[in-house]
Amino acid sequence: MGETHSLEDRFQAFVEAENKVEPKHWMPDGYRKTLVRQISQHAHSEIVGMLPEANWITRAPSLRAKLILLAKVQDEAGHGLYLYSAAETLGTSRDQMIDDLHSGKAKYSSIFNYPTLTWADMGAIGWLVDGAAIANQVMLCRTSYGPYSRAMVRICKEESFHQRQGFEIMMHLAKGTPEQKAMAQDALNRWWWPSIMMFGPSDDQSPNSAQSMKWRIKRKSNDELRQEFIDKTVPQAEFIGLTMPDPDLRWNEETRHYDFGTINWTEFFDVIAGNGPCNAERLAARQKAHDEGAWVRDAATAYAAKQASRVASRPTQTHAA
Amino acid sequence: MKWDTCDPKTAYVLHLADDALILGQRLSAWCGHGPILEQDIALTNIALDLVGLARQYYGYAAELIGEGCTENDLAYFRDSRAFMNHLICEQPNGHWGDTLARQFYFDTFHFFQLEALAQSSDERLRHIAAKAIKETSYHAQYSAEWIIRLGDGTEESHAKIAQSLAHYAPFAHEFFVPAPVDQDAHKMGLGPDVSSLLPAWKEKVESILTLATLPAIDLGFAKKGGKDGVHSEHHGYILAEMQSLARAYPDATW
Repeated sequence: MGETHSLEDRFQAFVEAENKVEPKHWMPDGYRKTLVRQISQHAHSEIVGMLPEANWITRAPSLRAKLILLAKVQDEAGHGLYLYSAAETLGTSRDQMIDDLHSGKAKYSSIFNYPTLTWADMGAIGWLVDGAAIANQVMLCRTSYGPYSRAMVRICKEESFHQRQGFEIMMHLAKGTPEQKAMAQDALNRWWWPSIMMFGPSDDQSPNSAQSMKWRIKRKSNDELRQEFIDKTVPQAEFIGLTMPDPDLRWNEETRHYDFGTINWTEFFDVIAGNGPCNAERLAARQKAHDEGAWVRDAATAYAAKQASRVASRPTQTHAA
Repeated sequence: MKWDTCDPKTAYVLHLADDALILGQRLSAWCGHGPILEQDIALTNIALDLVGLARQYYGYAAELIGEGCTENDLAYFRDSRAFMNHLICEQPNGHWGDTLARQFYFDTFHFFQLEALAQSSDERLRHIAAKAIKETSYHAQYSAEWIIRLGDGTEESHAKIAQSLAHYAPFAHEFFVPAPVDQDAHKMGLGPDVSSLLPAWKEKVESILTLATLPAIDLGFAKKGGKDGVHSEHHGYILAEMQSLARAYPDATW
C-alpha cells in the first residue's frame, strides 16, 4: 500500500522537491484558486497602482523627472500584462479578472488607496512601496508556479530600478532647500506605516499563509518579510537624514533586528473594507477607462474579424510556371 | 521672462521643441487611463519619444542661448506667448478617436518635416532628425493603423473617427501655412518651406482614409497662430499644470 499515493500527495512531493508546476500539470483546486486570487490581485495592484503616480506625470518638475516617471508608470502597466497573462494560464480570462476588480470582488494592494499629495510622494512610493513590493517579489521569483515565477523574475529587475529611482528623488529632496526637505519628511511620515502594512496581517492573523507556504507559493511569512524590509530601510532613511515616524523604532542588539511600534491594524482593515481616502476614486477611474474604451475595443474586434474573413475568402494564388 | 526673445535660429529650434513637449504632455495624460492595457503602453511610448525629442531640441536651444540657460528653463519658465507649438498639439485629448486623429495628422506631418530636417544646413538638427525619424515612422504607422481600425471597425467607431478627423482638419492646415518662424528657418536653410510638404502629406493621409473606408477630408480654413505664440485658451492651462511645481520652487533642483 505504501506505493499508492493520492494526487494531492504526489503534488506535495513534487513541489517539495522544488519542481515548478506548469499550466498543464494536475494541481489541487485550492492551489489553482489561491494562485488565481493572488496573481490577479497582484496584477490589479500594478494597474490601480499606476493611478497615484500618473497623478504627477503632467506636473513633474523637470523634463528628466517627467521621462523617468512616465517610463516607470508604463513599466507598471507591463507588469500588469505579464501577471494577467500568468493568471490566464490557470484558466481565468483577463476580462473576467477585470470584471471582478470593478465589481469589488477582487482586491488590490491597499496602499494605492492613499493620495499622492506632493512630488515627494513619487520618491516615497518608489523607495518604500516598491521597496516593500520587492521584498515580497524576490521571494516570489522562487514560487512553485512556473509562469508566476518567471513573470516575477522580469518584474523584480524593473522594480529594483524603480526603488533606486524613488530613493534618488528622496535623496535630492532631503539635500535640497528647506521646503524640499520638509516635503520629503512629510511624505515619509505619511507613507511609512501604510508601507509596512503592505506585508499583510501578522502571521497569527493570516489564515491562508500556512497553506501557501506548504505549497511553496510563499517562502517567508508576512512578519519575516516585514522585518527584513524595516531592517533594510531604516539605515537608508538615516543615510539621507530623514526621521522614521515611529518613536518606538530602535535597534535591538540581542535580536539583531529593529524593534518597531504597534501597527494600526484598524486602519489597515478599514482601508481594505473600502474606507480609505481614495478607494472610490481609484475604482471609478478604472471603471471609467474601461467603459469609455468599450467602443474602441469593439471596433478593434470588429476590424480584426473583417480582416480574418477577407483573408479566408481570398482566392488561393496560383503561380504561372 | 528671460528666454522669451531670441534669434531666428533659436526660435526655430524652440518651435520644434514646443511641438514635441506640448503633444507629449497631452499624451502623457492618457497613461493609466487607456482603453486597452496594450494601447496604454503604446501611447505612453509615443509620449516618451516626444518628451525625449523635446529634451534634445531644448538642450540645443539652451546651448545656443548660453548664459547658463537649461532645457528646464525653456520648458518650465517661458510663458504661453513665447511657445510656438502648432495649435493641434495643445488640443484636448477628447476620446480615443480624437487623440488618434490628432496624432495621425501630426505624425504624418512630423515624418515629412523630419525628412526635410535631415537635409538641414545645421548639423545638429540633421543629427536629431535622423534619430527621430525612426521613432516617428513607428508613430505614424501606429496612428494610421488606428485610423483604419476605427474607420473600418463598427458603425459607431466609423462615425466617431470621421467626426474627429473633420474636427482637427483646420488645425492640420496650420502645418502648411508658413509663419515667420518657418520663413526665417527656410531662408537660412534650417528647415523646409512648410507649404511644400502638403502634397506628400495629403497623399499619405488620403491613402489611409481610403483604406479606412473614410471620406477624404477638406482642410478648410487654417486654424493658425500657434507658431506666432497666439494659442487657444487650452494652452494656459497646460502650462499652469505642467509648470506649477517648477515655478513654485524656482530655486530648487530636482
